[in-house]
Amino acid sequence: MSDPRQYFTFADNGEPLELDCGRSFGPVTLAYETWGRLNKKKSNVILILHAFSGDSHVASHEDADLQANGPGWWEAMVGPGKGIDTDKYFVLCVNILGSCSGSTGPSSINPETGKPYGLDFPVVTIGDMVKAQKKLIDFLGISKLYAVVGGSVGGMQVLQWCIRYPEMVRAAIPLATTMRHSALCIAFNEVARQAIMTDPKWRQGKYPEDDPPELGLAVARMIGHITYLSDEAMHRKFGRRLQERDDLSFRFESDFQVESYLNYQGTKFVRRFDANSLLYITKASDYFDLNKEGDRAINLLAGTVTKFLVISFTSDWLYPTYQSRELVQALKRNGCDVSFCEIHADCGHDAFLLPDERLINLISGFLNGVENDE
Amino acid sequence: MSEENGTRGMRFDLQVISSWIEPGSRVLDLGCGHGDLLYALQQEKQVHGVGIEADEEKAAFCIGRGLTVLHENFNEDALSYPHHYFDYCVLSQTLQQVYEPDKLILRLLEIGTKIIVSFPNFSHWRVRMQLLCTGVAPKNDHLPYEWYNTPNIRVITIKDFKKFIRTINATVVKEAALNSRKNERFGRIIHFLPDWRATYGIFLLEDGGGNRSGAGKEVLGVSRGSFKAQHTGEKES
Repeated sequence: MSDPRQYFTFADNGEPLELDCGRSFGPVTLAYETWGRLNKKKSNVILILHAFSGDSHVASHEDADLQANGPGWWEAMVGPGKGIDTDKYFVLCVNILGSCSGSTGPSSINPETGKPYGLDFPVVTIGDMVKAQKKLIDFLGISKLYAVVGGSVGGMQVLQWCIRYPEMVRAAIPLATTMRHSALCIAFNEVARQAIMTDPKWRQGKYPEDDPPELGLAVARMIGHITYLSDEAMHRKFGRRLQERDDLSFRFESDFQVESYLNYQGTKFVRRFDANSLLYITKASDYFDLNKEGDRAINLLAGTVTKFLVISFTSDWLYPTYQSRELVQALKRNGCDVSFCEIHADCGHDAFLLPDERLINLISGFLNGVENDE
Repeated sequence: MSEENGTRGMRFDLQVISSWIEPGSRVLDLGCGHGDLLYALQQEKQVHGVGIEADEEKAAFCIGRGLTVLHENFNEDALSYPHHYFDYCVLSQTLQQVYEPDKLILRLLEIGTKIIVSFPNFSHWRVRMQLLCTGVAPKNDHLPYEWYNTPNIRVITIKDFKKFIRTINATVVKEAALNSRKNERFGRIIHFLPDWRATYGIFLLEDGGGNRSGAGKEVLGVSRGSFKAQHTGEKES
């Protein structure tokens, strides 16, 4: 199976990446994948920004030798003739800085020590992730993005892109996201981090690759999964149904289907994700606040030409609709061209990732409208 | 999202409204439905349009056709724009579905230099006759609902609306009384006995200036900060 990812390394001998924490950092490698064809004017680029545990594999590839990599995390939305049509657009997705799916993160080897960075990796921000992505976009010779699209932590990157490089972004679709992480989100993230950091195997982040804090990471993922669902979705999916048994066990086993589901999700996650990456990315999202007192970065969007489409979902309790409305209000206040739709969906925060005709039509139609403006 | 919807002809009252709007202006369409007016204005008059629509399917349809539309009720947040931000605020066949129409119109006079309001005329002779002769709440092409399921919670006549305009001391710039069938593309302007013969009234209003706001506030007891009008309608009249 061939690797569908391409790699771009910068800040190796030249200029380091200046991070929001004040540290200069390098080298940085970014893993990315592309779909469709870049047109001559390089004007058909859509940058998709993935959520916290995502990677660059948004969709399957048509090339015979890459097909084996299977479907991507947004397979229903991205592809030939789909909502984000790869026959029309050149789609690009980059694994975020601090993650563990090909891009530099805490599990990467520190060239100075020959060992994984662990906690020597700098605390990066959503802004730093975007800054790194900009280096790649520059390297590819792309000066304008037709659209930036992303949900959740990806939506935060969308907003950060618009603020840092307003002249580059023609259209932006932040989905199921917020302009500032709420206390509720920070609280869940802290419980996830504590689950990892209190696992004795975490060892201050210096765990060997073959013996990570699996239990802590699995518990962290279980918490995540609860927040991605909703009361309605859980009721519909599991209710109080028992797992492969007819009666309660009166022992501490997984009696209920929902328990079994969470255990399964936790165990599965351990195989593909790094515990330290979870610490760093949750921290980055907790630090995210575009409406911070004294700073109010969101106001930098005043007068921008970017066309916005903000989308929320009725049952998303991680980033509830009121937070999208706050974002819409802030964009309106700054005179931005903003559309907003709250989609009725009972599957919670996860709704943005699930196949949904309404969402697909909304996004493809909006993207078409952007074209008409040109 | 059918093609039919994308290309269908506009309702006659929307055609009249469209003809009143200057090219290149900034327009807010409240209860924009499938966005027919905004779409036509954008195509033909290069206006900068914004729509507000409470129904998800309709709002999504508008966005899908390239319009700037907010999926919202007409609440305080949805209407928070700077003073006279829009050249026109359009309220087409929506007023009769609004919980606090007086407050809404006062608010619109703040965010729009001019406002255009259209509504079904409840004093059309057929309506009068139905009520007089049958004694039950009138039902017709324009008002097809039963009393218990109608989204049209406000009963407005052309005379009532004119009286209201005087109360809030707004100025009528233009007005038209017209006769058209429901959702029909064709209709005609009524000059003779409009209060009896028109099915719809359309008014172009602007701030009366001077003491208007004071008078309006006093008479209606409206504190503008407390505006909480809700769009009740899910259905199009």
